[in-house]
Amino acid sequence: MALLDKYAPVAEQYRQLELAGANPFNVTFDEVLSPTEALIAGRKTLLLGTNNYLGLTYDPAVVEAAVAATRAAGTGTTGSRIANGSYGGHKRLEAALAEFYGRRHGLVFSTGYQANLGIISALAGKGDHLLLDADSHASIYDGSRLGYAQVTRFRHNSPDDLANRLRRLADEPGDKVIIVEGIYSMLGDTAPLREFAAVKREYGAYLVVDEAHSLGVLGETGRGLAEREGVEADVDFIVGTFSKSLGGVGGFCVTDMEGADILRVVSRPYMFTASLPPGVIAATEAALHELRAQPELQARLNANALRLYRGLEALGFALGPEPSPVVSAIMPSPEAAFGFWAALLEAGLYTNVSLPPATPKGLALLRSSVSAAHTPAQIDRAVALFAEVGQALGLLAGAPGLAAAR
Amino acid sequence: MSDQANEIRETIFSTLRAALPQDRPLSDSTHIIEDLGLDSVAVMDFVMEIEDKLDITVPLDKIAEVVTLGDLIATVQRLKQAA
Ligand SMILES: Cc1ncc(COP(=O)(O)O)c(C=O)c1O
Repeated sequence: MALLDKYAPVAEQYRQLELAGANPFNVTFDEVLSPTEALIAGRKTLLLGTNNYLGLTYDPAVVEAAVAATRAAGTGTTGSRIANGSYGGHKRLEAALAEFYGRRHGLVFSTGYQANLGIISALAGKGDHLLLDADSHASIYDGSRLGYAQVTRFRHNSPDDLANRLRRLADEPGDKVIIVEGIYSMLGDTAPLREFAAVKREYGAYLVVDEAHSLGVLGETGRGLAEREGVEADVDFIVGTFSKSLGGVGGFCVTDMEGADILRVVSRPYMFTASLPPGVIAATEAALHELRAQPELQARLNANALRLYRGLEALGFALGPEPSPVVSAIMPSPEAAFGFWAALLEAGLYTNVSLPPATPKGLALLRSSVSAAHTPAQIDRAVALFAEVGQALGLLAGAPGLAAAR
Repeated sequence: MSDQANEIRETIFSTLRAALPQDRPLSDSTHIIEDLGLDSVAVMDFVMEIEDKLDITVPLDKIAEVVTLGDLIATVQRLKQAA
């Protein structure tokens, strides 16, 4: 028995996808042309699966900031901030994030994944309790395994179920920390944050909101779901990423919590990894500036999102429960999702395939994400291609409704 | 075997029968992942049903230790007694 034989069933599925010449998990962009177009297998392809919500990856000010910082401070920091020191850019970006959110503290991590690992594992230790929404992102689940707290999962978007579980834990010692997301990355649905905040107050718990997909997307100034719902005062920690709306890479946490700076020396995913390079830091600060200076980006993004959602809905696709920049069509099976994905790519449209266990309720999803950089004509073309391929594959009328699939 | 264990077994088996797409033979030695073909999220979803029916909380680290249905029955019984 060889070391990797335990993966034989997955390896076989992967091999079949490769043989079919269409593996959604192994795509190469030969050349990226813009936030919305790339060359894939020699073909000019419309990108509808990038998480590049505001389309800032080619923004001249952002690109210039990256270039200038790289010239001035070099390509990398070659070490961790605790062992090898912070650069001025790290501090400036943390201050800018704190100021944007109106919070006392900002902490920058090397990825959004690590921000969740670092914050969740540091907030809840042995004897404490973490309460996770059932549909939480993998980084939240992984973070919950890193910190030795007792972990309880509650039903997705159910404040009643959360309250029930907190009630069962009421007599147990230890802090209780609730984790939810602003927009869920698989179906694009938002959390009922006002109700969650009320439950949090009732049981004296702490609330962490991961705004990875909602920064720059929701709220009057783009701060996310907590801003839109008017409950920022109840959210103890906001976690997020630079890799989606801000078009870079990295993660952050902002908070008003007294003494939060201590997290820098108790959070292993903060300490034991190299800090972000000057170019990434400067680009992120510039992107945050653009996000604030150009509110029309959010408006354009949400108009595009609604256009795609309504378009696919009119074709009869079963979608997530509400319009959002993540628009997922529920497929009857993984095979249907692969077939649909490959046919769309062949026709010049790039989307994503999402499968269980990464998806809720065993759903096979053909996932799209919209950008402010898309033109309405590009969205219309995408909808037309969905119609064409859905017709050809017999998946237009036949797709089961969301309720049925659940 | 205590009445309580039997009751818990009955709850777990009937919940599982309702959740599985096909009828499968169930016993204490059934491996939850290998024999029933459930993935990690499906197992957590199924345990959530059990939690509600028995008004207990099964922490995720306890679920991670469970391999067979017999293990799950024993874990649930311990949690029920502690509650
Ligand atoms: C909800 C959520 N949190 C965290 C992350 C991790 O962010 P990153 O990819 O920037 O590490 C993602 C996306 O990947 C996500 O969807």
